[in-house]
Amino acid sequence: MNAAMYSKKVMEHFMNPRNMGEIKDADGVGTVGNPVCGDLMTIYIKVRDDRIVDIKFKTFGCAAAIATSSMITELAKGKTLEEAEKITRDDVADALEGLPPIKMHCSNLAADALKAAIQDYRKKHGRGGKK
Amino acid sequence: MKRVYMDYASTTPVDERVVEAMLPYFREYFGNPSSLHSYGTKTREVIEVSRKRVADLISAEENEILFTSGGTEADNLAIRGIAHVNKDKKKLEGPHIITSSIEHPAVLETCKDLEKEGFEVKYLDVNRYGVVDLKQLQTSISEGTFLISVMFANNEIGTIEPIEEIGKIAREHNVLFHTDAVQAIGKVDIDVKKLNIDLLSISSHKIYGPKGVGALFVREGIKLKPILTGGGHEKGLRSGTENVPGIVGFGEACKIVKERMERDIEHMQKLRDRLIEGVLNNIEESYLNGHPEKRLVNNAHFRFTAIEGESLILSLDERGIAASTGSACSSKKLKPSHVLLAIGLSPVEAHGSLRLTLGRYNTQDDVDYVLEVLPEVVNKLREMSPLWNRS
Repeated sequence: MNAAMYSKKVMEHFMNPRNMGEIKDADGVGTVGNPVCGDLMTIYIKVRDDRIVDIKFKTFGCAAAIATSSMITELAKGKTLEEAEKITRDDVADALEGLPPIKMHCSNLAADALKAAIQDYRKKHGRGGKK
Repeated sequence: MKRVYMDYASTTPVDERVVEAMLPYFREYFGNPSSLHSYGTKTREVIEVSRKRVADLISAEENEILFTSGGTEADNLAIRGIAHVNKDKKKLEGPHIITSSIEHPAVLETCKDLEKEGFEVKYLDVNRYGVVDLKQLQTSISEGTFLISVMFANNEIGTIEPIEEIGKIAREHNVLFHTDAVQAIGKVDIDVKKLNIDLLSISSHKIYGPKGVGALFVREGIKLKPILTGGGHEKGLRSGTENVPGIVGFGEACKIVKERMERDIEHMQKLRDRLIEGVLNNIEESYLNGHPEKRLVNNAHFRFTAIEGESLILSLDERGIAASTGSACSSKKLKPSHVLLAIGLSPVEAHGSLRLTLGRYNTQDDVDYVLEVLPEVVNKLREMSPLWNRS
């Protein structure tokens, strides 16, 4: 992809990613993707009273992978776990004003990574069964 | 913002003198070279002048040059053209065509297509520097082998292949030898006679000429079957009204390249060495892909641990630097470069590749700017990467 194939919003998030980094004492951590395919992302969440109070990401991948990671941290911050879980891949793509079709599948993993982090939180905090 | 173009292997800007040489052939001298009137005579003559200039650049004869629409068509015409006059050899033991696993898609996909027609193709292995295995070449040649096609220099990693040795082997076994010299032309002094090359493809837009024109050298006496049917232009081997302005520009570009090749080579090599040394010294876990010595004077190809190429290219572009990568994420098929996999890199390693290719108009300032920006960009992406654990 060259920059013209990405929306302005994708390029803006790619160049200035929000909430990039690690949370050392995270309550939940989710990693999805496969470096062989070129994308690997980890989402860290900090939870208070079932609400995401802090969220950070680390991503190896293309501009789309980095932009979707950045976007999901913005979408999820401050939301309850229940609300955050409902964020879909399409929501992330829409918030970024669209992704090139070829990137919709391979690089749009951020929603999955967030779900994995929430699951990890629930597992660690004994609420695995609760929906 | 400073802008640095370091992607000359992709394409080059057209030389001003080339543009000037072309312009009259859009306006005053627009005649069809096949026409009998003076408009036609004028353009016929100029095509032959260009043909001589192209021939001179590779020490060939004028009657051995066919104009095509570019490197891809030249490769197609060479390989399909030779295969189709050797159809009867399909009955004999193969491989019928021997090529390398790191060819440009114009060669690889053509060979794959010919496999569907029943030709057997051998794809030679390369070592970790991208050099073809000559022993394997020797032992692969069999009764039915009629063509060897190995690129002069690789378009991604810049490795120069042992063309002289391959030419000798081909000659000894009475097998035709084609080479795709699209990247090598202008950066290596090529003499088709000395090197025993039978067919050679070149393209105009890699040597400061216009896009949409190239040439195939075919040694005198070698028969080809055309791939286009039509009015029988170019001795019946490439039908279609000649791209006169393009051919004029290509001829002019060849003339200029020949005149200043020595100077260009020295200039690019100096910059390339400064670039390679600077990157390897200033960026940890950076590696050079391709051969340390036998490489094109304008090619610097790196691999950085824990980052992905598309992000790298777009980040560099934001800082005004134009470069290229073999990362899967940048390709239309989302597959890592076949060249990087063939030299033994893992898909993860192939993702972190960067190709910087220099040209006539690059300066030491350009190189120093890249050496200033690249470490910053690599560090920024590594900070973001879950695969990067050092700090």
